[in-house]
Amino acid sequence: MSNYVINHLKELESEAIFVIREIAAQFENPVLLFSGGKDSILLTHLAKKAFFPAKIPFPLIHIDTGHNFPETIAFRDALVEKLGVKLIVGSVQEAIDNGRAKEETGADASRNSLQIVSLLDTLEAYKVDAAMGGARRDEEKARAKERFFSHRDEFGQWDPKNQRPELWNLFNGRKNYGEHFRVFPISNWTEMDVWEYIKLENIDLPSLYFSHQRDCVVRDGVILANSEFIKLKENEEVVNMTIRYRTCGDMPITGAVESEADNLDKIIEEIATTRTTERGGRADDKRAETAMEDRKKQGYF
Amino acid sequence: MDYQDIELLRFTTAGSVDDGKSTLIGRLLYDSKSIFQDQLDAVEESSKSKGFDYVDLSLLTDGLKSEREQGITIDVAYRYFATPKRKFIIADTPGHIQYTRNMVTGASTANLAIILIDARKGMLEQTHRHAFIASLLRIPHAIVCVNKMDLVDYSEEIYNNIVSDFKAFSSKLGINDIQFIPISALNGDNVVNRSEKMDWYGGSTLMYHLETVHISSDHNLVDCRFPIQSVIRPHTLENQDYRGFAGRIDGGVFKPGDKVKSLPSGFVSTIKTIELNGEQISEAFAPMSVTMTLEDEIDNSRGDMIVRENNVPEIGQDLEVLVTWMSTTPIHARTKVVIKHTTNESIGMVKELKYKIDINTLHRIENIDKVEMNEIARLSIRTAKPMFYDAYKKNRQTGSVIIIDEQTNETIGAGMII
Ligand SMILES: Nc1nc2c(ncn2[C@@H]2O[C@H](COP(=O)(O)OP(=O)(O)OP(=O)(O)O)[C@@H](O)[C@H]2O)c(=O)[nH]1
Ligand SMILES: [Mg+2]
Repeated sequence: MSNYVINHLKELESEAIFVIREIAAQFENPVLLFSGGKDSILLTHLAKKAFFPAKIPFPLIHIDTGHNFPETIAFRDALVEKLGVKLIVGSVQEAIDNGRAKEETGADASRNSLQIVSLLDTLEAYKVDAAMGGARRDEEKARAKERFFSHRDEFGQWDPKNQRPELWNLFNGRKNYGEHFRVFPISNWTEMDVWEYIKLENIDLPSLYFSHQRDCVVRDGVILANSEFIKLKENEEVVNMTIRYRTCGDMPITGAVESEADNLDKIIEEIATTRTTERGGRADDKRAETAMEDRKKQGYF
Repeated sequence: MDYQDIELLRFTTAGSVDDGKSTLIGRLLYDSKSIFQDQLDAVEESSKSKGFDYVDLSLLTDGLKSEREQGITIDVAYRYFATPKRKFIIADTPGHIQYTRNMVTGASTANLAIILIDARKGMLEQTHRHAFIASLLRIPHAIVCVNKMDLVDYSEEIYNNIVSDFKAFSSKLGINDIQFIPISALNGDNVVNRSEKMDWYGGSTLMYHLETVHISSDHNLVDCRFPIQSVIRPHTLENQDYRGFAGRIDGGVFKPGDKVKSLPSGFVSTIKTIELNGEQISEAFAPMSVTMTLEDEIDNSRGDMIVRENNVPEIGQDLEVLVTWMSTTPIHARTKVVIKHTTNESIGMVKELKYKIDINTLHRIENIDKVEMNEIARLSIRTAKPMFYDAYKKNRQTGSVIIIDEQTNETIGAGMII
């Protein structure tokens, strides 16, 4: 490659760091939405690089559904400790207990959409004016439409038909009282970019992403971890399988893939040949053709 | 191949409504095997339930409910794929005039534009508008695809006529690198695979062009420009005196030891280190994000710019800009606005509307009293404080501004400094 060209991973890194620094400079109360998944771990890593040798100048917010993988919580706590950043936890259980949110019922019940209530409550309680997240445009067709700086009205809603133009790298974070922004610094990364970069930078990940043995239930073709949060239907049985996760959401809705890939090289090889998207295994996206767009309009990540 | 060592090409689509932009992107993704099975199943399913005879590949990018209902694109969709040669970021933009601002959004960061023309219709007003906007934005490369060749019997004559019409128009535009390709996005002719129906076409496929177009010289490597985003002060005992300037290089090549000048103060110093995450960088150039430290204690803050002592940008409060207007509220002389330029921001006033441009003839229309949505015009703007800028043709980053409505905070104009 000729001189004065950077490769595409470095270009994506540079773009994300530029955006993260813009958020810190343009807003009074920015936060990083930390889900515990690889994308938010990557985002946290990029935030650390952006401000080094200073610490990350904003807190992480984790919306705890109470249905997390225990590995996710342990990883989160260790990371926060290591980086010396502040962690704010918004609890879905609390929202249910005080009547702000109502638990779904039935075997397919999930707390996925209840997160919206806790998220918006937490953002309001901390007067957050910019919440950055690790969503990527290649994940889903509604996300493919999102700006880097995505404006939310005073009710936290997204209006996909009327987004602000976003030109060059001039990000307009000006807003009226009560409005906020969602910002997505790794918008332009693909799943492959994320894994290649994790390998390049040697970023630690929860063990969930690597091949392991687990008791599972196969429901509608999706491999779910057996846990206290899942009610077995008739005819369903628990089987021990060799699996790993490509994305990590809540335990009762995140589908695993059968996989022997127990290190980064094998994972990258596996992704290069895989024929389904990483959200293909998410029960929350399967509810309707526009499930993601509908949730995003209401304030989902 | 080593996936970690490939270049990134950002390209955008342009052209009138229904010329087949989204279908073409769907076809590119499909034929390059960049579509996952679950995505394809979903698209097949919805094509079937709509009663279509064929799989509508435009559904791969038209992801919003209203887009799928109407069969048009409303906002830019970003899609990604990689081949062993390159990684691509595609911005699939809307053709409808009402959504021109979304087309500009997608095009502003592109190195290449694919301009589509429906072979049955030839050049339309929106083709003119989009080609003109692409040239204003100085997208360095353009590929004109004459699409729907299947509907005109793959006629060489029709293709040639459209090519000469486009050339007649584009000779006034100043796009340096233009290629022409006859295609059928629906059937895949000359997209990834060569067409068997157009022997008369001796050129290469669209994919071949995308993989081989020379892009490494698209950044300015001559004029050093480093706008400061923020100042990094750790306030820890081990780094008590550390003061780093965080930002992204917009032009030129910076090295430790270089004599630099800081704007607006005019103070001169020497670069001590260029680093990221504690790692030292020996040469920094666009578009790298870095942190710079200087030998001397200079008071710099967000919006200031570090440049070379003997190569400074223009400094002044009077900007001459070509704008594409994006608001339903027209702009008049004496309107107060906010101007955002690099990491700098200032209140400004539109002093004069000089002329607007007739999209079809490219003639100037003078003596105007307003500029309306989707029009392209030249304005004089006075800012409340000095700005440090270059002509857009010299540097796309330091030569661009956005215009923001002071009241609503909406972005209402995209400006290129003359
Ligand atoms: N026969 C034929 N039809 C095509 C071809 N390309 C696109 N079409 C059809 O043209 C119609 C419009 O295609 P789209 O891809 O949605 O057009 P577009 O340029 O993206 O439109 P906007 O984004 O709304 O501006 C669809 O019905 C396509 O199936 C082609 O090569 N041949
Ligand atoms: Mg379209």
